[in-house]
Amino acid sequence: MLLIQCPACGVEAEETEFAPGGEAHILRPEPGCSDADFAMYLFERKNPRAVHYERWRHAFGCGKWFHMARHTHTLEIFGVYAADAPEPPQEIKDRIAERTAS
Amino acid sequence: MSRLASGGALIDRDTAISFSFDGKKFRGVKGDTLASALLANGVKLVNRSYKYHRPRGLVTSGPEEPNALVNLGSGNRHEPNIRMTQIELFDGLEATSQNRWPSLRADVGVLNAAASRLYPAGFYYKTFIHPRAAWKHVFEPMIRRIAGLGRAPTEADPDTYEHQYAFCDTLIAGGGPAGLLAARRAGEAGERVMLVEQTERWGGRLLVDDDAEIEGKSARDWIAEQVAALEAMDNVVMRLRTCCSAAFDHGYALLYERRGDHTIPTGPRHRLWRVRAKQIVGATGMIERPIPFYGNDFPGVMLASAVRDYVKLWGVAPGQDTVVYTTNDDGYRTALALHEAGCRVAAILDSRADPVGMLVEQAKAVGLIVMPSTGIGKVMGSKDGVREVQTVPLDKGDDVELGKRLQCDCIAMAGGWSPVVHLYSHSGGKVVWDTAQAMYRPDPENPPRDRFGEPYVRLVGGATGALTTHDVLASAAGEGAGVPVHCAAEQPASPVWFTPSHGKAALGGKHFLDYQNDVTVADIRLAAREGFESVEHAKRYTTLGMATDQGKLSNINGHAILADTLGKAMADVGTTTFRPPYTPISMGVIAGQEKGLLFKPVRQTALHDWHAGQGAEFEPVGDWRRPYRYQKGSEARAHSITREIKRVREAVGLLDASTLGKIIVRGPDAGKFLDLMYTNMMSSLKPGKCRYGLMCNDNGFLMDDGVVARLDEQTFLCHTTSGGSDRVHAWMEEWLQTEWFDLKVLTANVTEQWSQFAVAGPNARALLERMEGDIDFAGLPFMGFADGTLNGMPVRVFRISFSGELSYELATPTSYAVSLWEALLGAGDDLGVGPYGTEALHVLRAEKGFIVIGDETDGTVTPHDVGMSWAVSKKKEDFIGKRAMERSDLTRAGRKQLVGLLTEDPKFVLPDGAHALSADGKRAIGHVTSTYHSPTIKRSIAMALIEGGVDRMGETLEIGIDRKTTVKAVIASPVFYDKEGARQNV
Amino acid sequence: MSDLSLARAALDVTPPPDLGAQVEALSSRGMVAIRGDLADAGFAAALKAATGCDVPGVRRSTEAGECRVLWMSTDEVMIFCEWSAAPGVVASFMEKAGDAHVLALDVSDARAVFRVSGEKAWRVLAKGAPVDLERFGVGEVRRTRIATVATGIVRTGDDSFEVFCFRSFAAYMWDWLCVGAGAESLSDL
Repeated sequence: MLLIQCPACGVEAEETEFAPGGEAHILRPEPGCSDADFAMYLFERKNPRAVHYERWRHAFGCGKWFHMARHTHTLEIFGVYAADAPEPPQEIKDRIAERTAS
Repeated sequence: MSRLASGGALIDRDTAISFSFDGKKFRGVKGDTLASALLANGVKLVNRSYKYHRPRGLVTSGPEEPNALVNLGSGNRHEPNIRMTQIELFDGLEATSQNRWPSLRADVGVLNAAASRLYPAGFYYKTFIHPRAAWKHVFEPMIRRIAGLGRAPTEADPDTYEHQYAFCDTLIAGGGPAGLLAARRAGEAGERVMLVEQTERWGGRLLVDDDAEIEGKSARDWIAEQVAALEAMDNVVMRLRTCCSAAFDHGYALLYERRGDHTIPTGPRHRLWRVRAKQIVGATGMIERPIPFYGNDFPGVMLASAVRDYVKLWGVAPGQDTVVYTTNDDGYRTALALHEAGCRVAAILDSRADPVGMLVEQAKAVGLIVMPSTGIGKVMGSKDGVREVQTVPLDKGDDVELGKRLQCDCIAMAGGWSPVVHLYSHSGGKVVWDTAQAMYRPDPENPPRDRFGEPYVRLVGGATGALTTHDVLASAAGEGAGVPVHCAAEQPASPVWFTPSHGKAALGGKHFLDYQNDVTVADIRLAAREGFESVEHAKRYTTLGMATDQGKLSNINGHAILADTLGKAMADVGTTTFRPPYTPISMGVIAGQEKGLLFKPVRQTALHDWHAGQGAEFEPVGDWRRPYRYQKGSEARAHSITREIKRVREAVGLLDASTLGKIIVRGPDAGKFLDLMYTNMMSSLKPGKCRYGLMCNDNGFLMDDGVVARLDEQTFLCHTTSGGSDRVHAWMEEWLQTEWFDLKVLTANVTEQWSQFAVAGPNARALLERMEGDIDFAGLPFMGFADGTLNGMPVRVFRISFSGELSYELATPTSYAVSLWEALLGAGDDLGVGPYGTEALHVLRAEKGFIVIGDETDGTVTPHDVGMSWAVSKKKEDFIGKRAMERSDLTRAGRKQLVGLLTEDPKFVLPDGAHALSADGKRAIGHVTSTYHSPTIKRSIAMALIEGGVDRMGETLEIGIDRKTTVKAVIASPVFYDKEGARQNV
Repeated sequence: MSDLSLARAALDVTPPPDLGAQVEALSSRGMVAIRGDLADAGFAAALKAATGCDVPGVRRSTEAGECRVLWMSTDEVMIFCEWSAAPGVVASFMEKAGDAHVLALDVSDARAVFRVSGEKAWRVLAKGAPVDLERFGVGEVRRTRIATVATGIVRTGDDSFEVFCFRSFAAYMWDWLCVGAGAESLSDL
């Protein structure tokens, strides 16, 4: 069972306090977008055996959404960051590069 | 009696304990396990094997025991499949053997054994495939009867259980020498430590193999010193009878504490510790391996270490005349222990060609016979145990003439040691095969890794493969200072995976690997021949290691046989993964204290007790319990419902609608935000007014509905469905936090702050006007609301209707709920006031064609499908669901649409969910979503989603009732009553 | 206040015998939920005016007189006060906050509050809350779950905790706490 640190309230808590929200950084298309773009938004999700950027909510805790970079196989957590970040912060990208280099 | 005249480190000979096994009374002594006490009483036969019903005795002295499973306790405290070796004896203990019928000594299932040639590996798969139906009705019941494990209990468990969350820096599993030293080191370093031991004693094998001198002290004194030092440390928690059952990701571990198994429990019987540890240290020791030889399963064939344990810990001789069969030095320790206890050792058979070393010399010095390069070729015995063995040379091939006959009543097998690597394996660590020592060790290159990618499970002591006390303590000391130890060196072993025999006996059909599942060497060889070459396939085909002991004794021997048959190296065959729990844990402890009353939280409104006092029958709505109807006297259910419906249509009824979700949405952008959340326009709502709103998800499908009130320019109150409040509140927060975080909007879920009642019926206004207060009920327009007081209690009154009648909803802070409710009921006896439940509510709304989210919708239904296009804004640039509703599938003709159905027979009420059939009867074209008898229009009514339904008004459909029956129903408007809405506008 | 005592009576319950920790329902507790920008000076001033308390740090609480302010989230605090004082706290906060983008609501009736006290009080809560309560400071606040119920916990003293949950779960939580506080089960913890 994962141990997750919520970046909003700082609590380090077990997975049962959190609710997963699926893949992160999916942009909601504009109202006039094409069917293909909209279908992509609704249905297309990654399912890698690798680092995955995902959304979580501290559901039983402070109630805040946040992002997490997690390896879906080793379960290594490379970092958590704010829900309004458009992409992972550089330090998390660097850590991932360093940790997955070998 | 087999109790020795002296010895037995754990027992108190002066305190007798009485117990029963299979109804027969026995006496043991304090400190005994059920196993040692039965051995002391000369009981050798303890069980019948699972498949062949062969007589079986004790093999081990610990948690790895495969044979000695019993039913423990009786009546509501009966529990099956408990290992005798782990049952501490207490006065009045009752145990019965299992897997035998009619009795242990005369077992009918033994016929299976006679026919064992017919039960090869994969027998079940091959035999019971056809005919399919026979499995359920013939084969399975028969197999269960004769081959089952223990009896499942039939009564509710009277004991209690609980969980306890705990946190530590270092969790140490195992209280032997390695665990004690690791705990001491961690404790001294100031770490927060938990040290757990599955038995009732500290010291592990050091209590038995006590010849080492540690830090200048005897083993026993050293243990006592460590325990005393640890007990004095505030930062160290120590628990006996607590097994580390599992190690999971990110340092999560489960500890199974058997708090009340050694006595009649007071308080929880078992406790499950849910631990989060930064580091887990497995000081879990080793398990000795049996040796596969012909007839190695007769009662009296035991692990050499177990024979030694019984002699030295419990003062019991498992045999008076023992043959030791060893592949290493350890067998000699057993032989010497027996000899010192005054028991005869017939011979020591050693697989090694030239056994040397201190222990060998000691054995020879006391006159014990050592036979090098010799094994047991055959065992002669019966259900009463071993009688005789015949030796076999180990260096002349697999099928050879047998040698000497040796009389004996016990065989001690020392097949080498397997480190207990389970905790390492549970959490993703890998193991590697050590050819020199013939064992799987933890692979230091592939440890379990935590969330930072760092190793967090470390094995120490015997669990790493360390064989001597010196090596065990050296590994546990870690980087700290070592501990000076004097002990005997260990000579190299010579493992035996298969002992030769003669003729048919050499085929391996009675060379048992897995005692519990009756898997033999021949089975593994057959699996390999039939192509089940992967270790995982061979396991499942033969069921090797799949019993409750999970292959603690059998796996490695089995994999070695597989490797040998395939002509591969052991390392290339690989091993299966150990899964948690290490030993079985009770069902009760998994539930903890959340059983019975506490099984699941149930949400109650403030009026719950009032409802219950008025005969309410409750129904679950989400986690809530709502009154379904109120029973008067002995009236039938339908009668109550009709009575309550008539009350609303003809007088005035009260409904507890407190479960409706209520969410405050406030801020300068609140209107803009709600325009995005709802399909209709909310920003144009005037303060003081209400609007019914629909909420869709981004797929364009309905997910919630409710009335929105604008409290002031910046503040809205959004009602949600019952049970939808948490979901909708989370949904709003999700969009605010992750998509539209630039909007200045704050939300709060105030569902439970307010209790809410519907006051509905033609007399509603008259009733409310009798209350003291400042609200102008007559002047309050439909879809308006007002704040004020009623009989001095603060209320907010909404003029809204879900029944089609003149109706108000009153909201009051929950503390006033009971007072207000009772005041309303007390004010209008002559007006016919009374409560109504949720079933009446549903019929009332169905008569009016109002939808219920979850009845008329199922996650694939749009507002257009249910005829609510009027609530979908065309003006708004965006809202959740807008773009989706433009997708081709959501705009195509022929989608299912909400209609009413009137059955040809007005008395017939359609079943919920019944399917409407196409003209040719071959296809379902829709289904019934709500269906009731309407007392108002005195006939059945139903709502349904039917393909293209709106354009098929008047068409008659066949509705399938069951495989053979259909009934006719006509498509009609879903509004069955008061189509003009005249009744609510008075 | 006769209305109040009647209305809140449902929350007044007597604990069963043989408990190893005291459990009581705090039936006269009032609560105010406030959301806004916790870092804003105006917010702090309004909170101070309404309660006498400072804005608490992350997962902490502050106390003054009859009021305790609990940090609930990055943009939310909860005020504990007397039940009858809550409407005044809301009014006073809103008046002082002026046009600021804030939300203040009397939610006294939305939740139930229990006190669990005694040397082993933390052990009672640790039967269902996945929180390190042994290392939980006085004044510290934690939102978590007990069993499957969303719960807030604040340590109000060395041996005293207050636990709050939505009121509809009050009966469940009461029973749960009383079972967990059983003397026999705490005897070896």
